[in-house]
Amino acid sequence: MGFPHRAHPRETAVLSKYFGDPQARTLEGWRQRGGYRALEQALAMSPADVVNTVKDSGLRGRGGAGFPTGLKWSFMKPGDGKPHYLCVNADESEPGTFKDREIMRWTPHALIEGSAIAAHAIAAPTTYIYIRGEFTEPLKIMQDALAEAYKAGLLGANAMGTGVRLDMYVHRGAGAYICGEETALMNSLEGRRGNPRIKPPFPAAAGVFGQPTTINNVETLAAVPHIITNGAAWYKAMCLSNPKSTGTKLFSVCGNVAKPGNYEVTMGFPFKEFLFDLCGGPLAGRQFKAVIPGGSSVPIQTMEEAEATLMDYEGFVAQGTMLGSGGVIVFDDAQCMVKQIARLARFYAHESCAQCTQCREGTAWTTKILERIERGAGTTQDLDTLLDLADNMTGKTICVLSDSCAAPVVSGIKKFRREFEAHIKGKRCPFTAAAAA
Amino acid sequence: MVSLTIEGRTVSVPAGTSILEAAKNAGVLVPHYCYHPGLPVAGVCRMCLVEVEKAPKLAPACATTVADGQVVHVFSDQALEARKGVLELLLINHPLDCPICDQAGECELQDYTFREGRAEGRLGPEPKRFNPVEDFGGDVLYVTNRCILCTRCVRFMEEVAQDPVLNVSERGDRAVIGKFEGEDLTHPWASNVVDLCPVGALLSKDFLNKARAWELDRTPSVCPNCTQGCNAILETRDDVVVRMRPRSNEEVNRFYLCDEGRLDYRWLNRTDRVETPLVRRSGALAPAEWDDAINAASTLLAGKKLVVLASPMLSNESLWLLGRLVTKTGGTGVFRVRTAPEAPLPGVTDLARRAERAANVHGAELFGFTKSEVPFDRVGGDDVVLIADPELTPADIAVLGKASAIIVLATHLPEALRAAAVVLPTTNMAEEEGTFTNLRGRVQRYWQAKSTPGSARPAWWAVGDLLALLGEKTGYFLPGEVFTALAAARPEFAGMSYDTLGLKGQLRANRAAASGAAS
Amino acid sequence: MTAGATERGAQTTSGAHQGDGAPYVPVFTGAVKGELDATLSRYPTKMAALLPALWLVQRERGWVSDDAMAEVAKLLEITPAYVKGVVTFYTMYHQHPPAKYVVQVCTTSPCGVCGAEQVVEALLRHTRCEELGATSADGRYSVIEVECLGACGFATPIMINDTFIESVSADKVPQLLAGLP
Repeated sequence: MGFPHRAHPRETAVLSKYFGDPQARTLEGWRQRGGYRALEQALAMSPADVVNTVKDSGLRGRGGAGFPTGLKWSFMKPGDGKPHYLCVNADESEPGTFKDREIMRWTPHALIEGSAIAAHAIAAPTTYIYIRGEFTEPLKIMQDALAEAYKAGLLGANAMGTGVRLDMYVHRGAGAYICGEETALMNSLEGRRGNPRIKPPFPAAAGVFGQPTTINNVETLAAVPHIITNGAAWYKAMCLSNPKSTGTKLFSVCGNVAKPGNYEVTMGFPFKEFLFDLCGGPLAGRQFKAVIPGGSSVPIQTMEEAEATLMDYEGFVAQGTMLGSGGVIVFDDAQCMVKQIARLARFYAHESCAQCTQCREGTAWTTKILERIERGAGTTQDLDTLLDLADNMTGKTICVLSDSCAAPVVSGIKKFRREFEAHIKGKRCPFTAAAAA
Repeated sequence: MVSLTIEGRTVSVPAGTSILEAAKNAGVLVPHYCYHPGLPVAGVCRMCLVEVEKAPKLAPACATTVADGQVVHVFSDQALEARKGVLELLLINHPLDCPICDQAGECELQDYTFREGRAEGRLGPEPKRFNPVEDFGGDVLYVTNRCILCTRCVRFMEEVAQDPVLNVSERGDRAVIGKFEGEDLTHPWASNVVDLCPVGALLSKDFLNKARAWELDRTPSVCPNCTQGCNAILETRDDVVVRMRPRSNEEVNRFYLCDEGRLDYRWLNRTDRVETPLVRRSGALAPAEWDDAINAASTLLAGKKLVVLASPMLSNESLWLLGRLVTKTGGTGVFRVRTAPEAPLPGVTDLARRAERAANVHGAELFGFTKSEVPFDRVGGDDVVLIADPELTPADIAVLGKASAIIVLATHLPEALRAAAVVLPTTNMAEEEGTFTNLRGRVQRYWQAKSTPGSARPAWWAVGDLLALLGEKTGYFLPGEVFTALAAARPEFAGMSYDTLGLKGQLRANRAAASGAAS
Repeated sequence: MTAGATERGAQTTSGAHQGDGAPYVPVFTGAVKGELDATLSRYPTKMAALLPALWLVQRERGWVSDDAMAEVAKLLEITPAYVKGVVTFYTMYHQHPPAKYVVQVCTTSPCGVCGAEQVVEALLRHTRCEELGATSADGRYSVIEVECLGACGFATPIMINDTFIESVSADKVPQLLAGLP
């Protein structure tokens, strides 16, 4: 549902069905809503069968990478004699994204159940839920829910009496966007600086504590119980466009839009209808100008591109961007694109871990140039420098934070060049000037 | 073995080799900063990005293992562009300190920027980041502004010194190398971070502002300050040793020198030297010609036994001949060596600052000299004492008077030895060519780094001439000739010559019988 | 260039110790030590308990001093320098005694276009903090900007210490502050 708004009839409420329902939080409430039947069912299946079911469903990672989940699980070699780990990526820090917090706030047991099923599928006796440090409310709710689950014997040394060990702990982050990157998350979990690691080795070969590890996003795992209960075919059938994008997606909508909130729609939903109908369209007296559909790390779309988009992995790529985390940031005609892009660059500069030269120096320098342009002290040469810098920052680093900084810069200059030029020629921000007038 | 092509040259390397190391086999040096063969791979500087055909992205050569059939380009347009980008970004916050920075002339940032960097900077009016200089303790100064965050220093302290006192602090472009207040870089091997630092961020306080890199003459040598025999480079400016740095030798010290050893070079520069031979005539020491002095010494020896206090700082060449001199007169030879606590470098096998603080204890023992704290306890009127180690104790001096005569064979003449009959001035190890034998029996060459003062001569020359007068066959003109003769005479050195020793040395034979077994 | 010890930028070392000159009182005794031990049992390495241990320190003392870092280092068998490297990486550990209420406002673009700047302005005014990062004269407040807090649809979210408050607008600020004990 477009929580906190009422669910729109065109939404497909699977993960969001109980958003806003405080009864769904408790173990008892969750059981009444069908909870833990999927875990019981999964524990009676072989891990390989669970993996294949999820594979067949077409579920893809909902954190931003869109990697097929079942395939990822299949990389964990059974019977290798090594301790396996599941890490739940609840570090949600991508600007524009706020869906995982809702899943944890309203349906903590959905996450616990999904994670437990995943842990069984990959033979991981230990699961760490890495929650960003700022999420104090979801943290408390998850800790309480885990205590309930342990007390009821759903987790622990003998999960649901099946003899399978499923231990699950919350691990609190301490303020670093980069810890949402899977290898940085593992380093942070190990008590290190949140530096991403070079791959190979991949986590399934050598991950946390050097052992085989799978990292999954909260939303991905929350979908798993439904897939087990309703079957892979059910999930796969939820598809309005490309068959490689199945199921539902929670889109976090924010910015200059009438009804910000989380909306759950079937993959392939038309973006135009989504923005203008479900989300209520622009604020009174305003027009939409630009939208970043997948969290700030994906290219900015013009409204023309957005209105032609079908909301799935392939659909967004076809219209000059990516689905990413599904964090839909909407900008209207009162916003200065230069200012917003500068602010996004500042975000990346703040969050850079400092390992790679291009990211450490490039994000900061990009920010300084953009802020100078925004202040009215920029030159046309600066635009060339920014694009050259962005090219230097793409495809050359350990992780993609630096590429993510480049995305709004490149797409912004390409698609909103006139705004940049207005700042440069007019030696001031036309939006602040207009507001002052 | 894996076969790949790098810059058009095909090489074959063991599986698991990095592209960067494989490139060395192809004669190609992939530019890099954070990589170092002695440290775990970090892959953070991004300088070593190379183009691999059919791969979608540039690959970091230090962190990518070779694959059969790979075709790698290090100097293609793409790779050059990427490197140019890294260099530009490193210079964004890097201060234009070259005129006042010690690293200038031996700075890898200068070198690569000059070769492949942008001709002009594009930095606008934005000020560079500023941080004050920090004293890291020990001999190390950290000039924060110049740091390129390659993290070699952090990795060295963590993995090789196994004393993780350096960290990366903060994040993003605010990141700096840091330490914990109160914890200094006092590890006995900490100064290696200064060598490892590619730029002038980590500097030696001892060397601060002392010389420009391009003014230095560099001579391959061996550190003489303990029995480990770390390979070194003696760097001189205007004939004065100003710095000692490590020379890599995989079998001895890998890439490192200990702090105490490297900083103890000043004794090589002492100027209170004996510069001409001296002979006592009419109760006073007076300058003499070499032949005169050697004659006087041989006259003194007639019918006497020689008690030699050798120096464990002498070369194999000198000690061998000195040993022959002892034998010739039927005398005894002893030596003394200063000891101090040992300090291992845990991350390297069998590398430590050794307790015996001299270069050639092994050589001294091989050539018949015994370690003794009381070298002269049996000296009498039938003995001539030859002192090659002028650091004497009051107990020594008290007994010396009993000897028939004193011959000094040393670099300087302390007050206590003014009673000597003959003084033969010698060179120290920086002023001569020779070999030492380290505690494991490795025979290593060192070369002459500064000129000989006055008419001083290597000890082997003086002793050789003396032996000749006593009827021994010598006639050596070059140190290499002495060594070749030594190798012919001593089975431990069988087959060795200066040529075979080269820059890395060789292990002597019959090592099981050697002293200095691993402790 | 001198070789004397110097301070780094604005961060002085004097603020890094307990502050009142009294000897350092360890954090991990009694029940708190028990909590740490329980935490340690969840991980195969001691070092993995570092972030949780630091959170315990901050919960007990309000901030993480150099002395606390040394205590944690000893317990986890790592070096204080290592702990410091970790503490300075993450934004949420206070390295100096904080104001009574540390007000953190998200100003990243999604909130930026929804009035976050006005919220910051209002907070600075009503807390009487002279500027961002500075503590108010009565020691009660400090206001800082933070990056995306993950509540973009509930603009503008703020945190006051560990309390997360959604949908803050400039006009709501006075009431919000008045409600603090």
